[in-house]
Amino acid sequence: MTEKLVIIGNGMAPGRMLEHLLEAAPDRYAVIIFNAEPRVNYDRIMLSPVLSGEKAFEEIVIHGDGWYIKHGITLYKGHRIVAIDREAKTVTSDHGVTESYDSLVIATGSVPFIIPVPGKDLPGVLTYRDLDDVNAMLLAAQSRAKAVVIGGGLLGLEAAAGLKERGMDVTVLHVMPTLMERQLDPAAGYLLQKAVEARGIKIMTKANTKAIFGNGKVEGVELMDGTIIPATLVVMAVGIRPSITLAKEAGLEVNRGIVVDDRMRTSDPAIMALGECAEVGGHVYGLVAPLYEMARIAAARLADGEDRRFVHSDTPTKLKVTGIDLYSLGDFADGEDREEIILRDASAGIYKRVVLQDNRIIGTVLFGETADGAWFNDLKKKATDISEMRDTLIFGQAFQGGVSSDPLAAVAALADDAEICGCNGVCKGKITGAITGKGLTGLDDVRAHTKASASCGSCTGLVEQLLKLKLGEAYNPAAVQPMCGCTSLGHDDVRRLIKAKGLKTIPAIMQELEWKTSCGCAKCRPALNYYLVCDWPDQYADDYQSRFINERVHANIQKDGTYSVVPRMWGGVTSAGELRAIADVVDKFEIPMVKVTGGQRIDMLGIRKEDLPAVWADLGKAGFVSGHAYAKGLRTVKTCVGTDWCRFGTQDSTGLGIRIEKFMWGSWTPAKVKMAVSGCPRNCAEATCKDVGVVCVDSGYEIHFAGAAGLDIKGTEVLGLVKTEDEALEVIVALVQMYREQARYLERIYKWAKRIGTAEIKRQILDDTSKRKAYYERFVFSQKFAQVDPWSERVSGKDKHEFRPMASVGFAEAAE
Amino acid sequence: MNWIAIGAIADIPRRGARCVETPQGKIAVFRTADDQVFAIEDHCPHKGGPLSQGIVHGVAVTCPLHNWVISLETGKALGADEGAVRTIPVRVDGERLFIALEALASKAA
Ligand SMILES: Cc1cc2nc3c(=O)[nH]c(=O)nc-3n(C[C@H](O)[C@H](O)[C@H](O)COP(=O)(O)OP(=O)(O)OC[C@H]3O[C@@H](n4cnc5c(N)ncnc54)[C@H](O)[C@@H]3O)c2cc1C
Ligand code: SF4
Ligand code: SF4
Ligand code: FES
Repeated sequence: MTEKLVIIGNGMAPGRMLEHLLEAAPDRYAVIIFNAEPRVNYDRIMLSPVLSGEKAFEEIVIHGDGWYIKHGITLYKGHRIVAIDREAKTVTSDHGVTESYDSLVIATGSVPFIIPVPGKDLPGVLTYRDLDDVNAMLLAAQSRAKAVVIGGGLLGLEAAAGLKERGMDVTVLHVMPTLMERQLDPAAGYLLQKAVEARGIKIMTKANTKAIFGNGKVEGVELMDGTIIPATLVVMAVGIRPSITLAKEAGLEVNRGIVVDDRMRTSDPAIMALGECAEVGGHVYGLVAPLYEMARIAAARLADGEDRRFVHSDTPTKLKVTGIDLYSLGDFADGEDREEIILRDASAGIYKRVVLQDNRIIGTVLFGETADGAWFNDLKKKATDISEMRDTLIFGQAFQGGVSSDPLAAVAALADDAEICGCNGVCKGKITGAITGKGLTGLDDVRAHTKASASCGSCTGLVEQLLKLKLGEAYNPAAVQPMCGCTSLGHDDVRRLIKAKGLKTIPAIMQELEWKTSCGCAKCRPALNYYLVCDWPDQYADDYQSRFINERVHANIQKDGTYSVVPRMWGGVTSAGELRAIADVVDKFEIPMVKVTGGQRIDMLGIRKEDLPAVWADLGKAGFVSGHAYAKGLRTVKTCVGTDWCRFGTQDSTGLGIRIEKFMWGSWTPAKVKMAVSGCPRNCAEATCKDVGVVCVDSGYEIHFAGAAGLDIKGTEVLGLVKTEDEALEVIVALVQMYREQARYLERIYKWAKRIGTAEIKRQILDDTSKRKAYYERFVFSQKFAQVDPWSERVSGKDKHEFRPMASVGFAEAAE
Repeated sequence: MNWIAIGAIADIPRRGARCVETPQGKIAVFRTADDQVFAIEDHCPHKGGPLSQGIVHGVAVTCPLHNWVISLETGKALGADEGAVRTIPVRVDGERLFIALEALASKAA
């Protein structure tokens, strides 16, 4: 009979343990997991990139729902275990579910430490531990107001960088004189402070928090010396405490953590513990590398496999703030018996320090250039005697023994057992072995097979060099994803070649670029059609057979094969006459559903395809044109009532919205484009989650772009502030034209912007006026050919064949 | 075999399709880039999407609802998906198109 394995907590440690266990003994246990967080196992380390917007939550999920189903694992999401009955061998959750176990694993992780100051419970005071915290921070960041982060350690700095990236004004309070004092010496701490300040984050050291104050919600922080710092968001990141209450109440032996032996057993033989909640050999851990080792050991024990035992080792610390390179390892306090070697290069912002004892490395701090981290780590681990290379040691591996300064050669010179990925404990030999043995060709392959660089990602460069080393020319890190199975070229190459070779029809592209199929597929044809429409507006004849049905018939197909129709209402403004006309159409064609859309339009659903031209004819008589709700093109410009009606309005937001919409309607874009104009920062038109948004302020128009509120949620980036409506229009038009010319088909603005970089877009659209003008003019030119109402065209007979059956046959026979 | 005329080949755009209504439901008649003509049920084996509205490429059509690719020759779903629609015999006589209706009647029976 299968034994029952119950796991409390579904974090990174037990997740990894299950992977090992399923490999070693797939059928041995029926596994049941309780997780207080209402979700699957994800890469907690990568929350910072989610906070800063570099990654979406979906990208950091480790085990999706399907994984649990596939392995027959029961996961209780949002169930916190409140009691363990060791006599009866059961656990009970806060929702009243009780499960019995043969083996129990406690993996409750840590809880953030909250400094016991007045005001710590006010709304707006957050910690930084899980996705809910990140979501709460993202919500708070929408105000773009002031935030205070208490704690200048790894977590605090990552939180500060993320909030800053999201547009907040951030101050970090750190109680010690230098940042990250536990991982860095004062010199590196100082350089780090400079680097963080250079990104516009304020840092106050020796800042002792006295109280958090506010009336019903946070308004600021008061320091011991009386300083007041206003803030609407306070993030406490001052450390973590192993989560041991449950184990303690169950009578297990606890100290700082849940005490386990070197095979992860607690004082009860049926119960194991691992992860941040476990204490082994007097140590508790807060980085994943040792936790993953615990996972390996626990899995081996559960599977009755090899007798692995836990040995303490130092784990390097790296900061995951893009653009700040920092590496620290081991012990670097000064001491009688210790020597140090230091390298400083102020102009390049580099500082390196290696601490030696008996000619062996015991600690390393690298700032500004961290490529040699793995090499120093290896020397330290193996306790290599460095006296031979003492004079050049600090210059790194490239300087030793004739090895050239070529980074490839340096990686080639690493020993096979040199550790490349600290998080997952993967050595060079394992990676190169997998590359040759399993025929791996890319980074994702290596991640899937060895896990190297799959956690915090800071060793990605080394892994790529190993790929290059093993595969030579065959490895192309920038290897592009082909557009589809019909070609090996990627979107960017195709776009470039269309221009460079002057290709002006789909068959010409397929011929010249050596398409592998005779007439493409449903992926490449719509893309090519768009590229041609965009690049040769006056010469290319749109190929309707290469458009998706919605764009072919200018309506949205619904699941039952009927269509929906959305007439344009400029800026979301309508009138009695328009509404009456819509009501008449609804009655006449017995349209089953009328609905108001999120973009301030009216949607009529359930129209038969045959009726479409007649519906449009009636709508057209009332002055309506197509709302392009079906198009990869300009959809809607949502507006608020602005200065016309609103007491807070600063500009005529409605008027500007209508002006933009009238200027830009009809244009085709790589993916849909939704816009909004709000009359003041209260932002009633929700402009800060749109592809392009305008937030009016007293001094002008703040132009926003690259927001998303669909599969992904992302606040906009600010492109800049302009003074007049004319400038606002010009900037928006130029931005959209740049996007039209550069993006890949179906790539929304926010994904394109992430690829190109906000800075580059600002440079071309805001700073370089001649570039901006050129984009603007190209857009205006292409509109000459685009602003034709497709509905009235069809009412007057265009594409008749689309809307009528070819024939009706067989009805007489059937009637018999 | 009972061939019934449904129109001319020129009624269908190249790389496109038209519908023919019958008591047993709609039939989609396709014309490929090289003027081959095929007829299949206008009902995707996945969730019933109208195949006549899809993008035609080679001798296949991609369903507009969830992108299954259906072979016009065999009616079978291509790639990883499984399922098939009924194919209906077509004859091209000069410009005129005919379909064989028995195929439909037998379905209704
Ligand atoms: C923002 C951030 C950045 C980080 N960056 C790095 C880094 O760069 N490098 C690195 O090595 N480490 C980093 N870490 C640390 C690393 O994420 C943790 O060490 C690791 O996730 C701990 O794993 P765990 O399985 O022990 O616990 P966790 O992942 O914390 O999982 C514990 C889970 O148990 C649940 N739980 C708790 N009590 C109960 C209960 N009674 N019943 C049911 N469920 C319960 C919790 O809800 C939680 O989901 C970072 C952590 C954070 C928060
Ligand atoms: S965004 Fe401002 S101006 Fe517009 S309706 Fe809201 S409060 Fe009024
Ligand atoms: S949210 Fe999903 S179900 Fe609703 S309309 Fe959009 S795609 Fe369809
Ligand atoms: S109905 Fe055709 S793919 Fe889903």
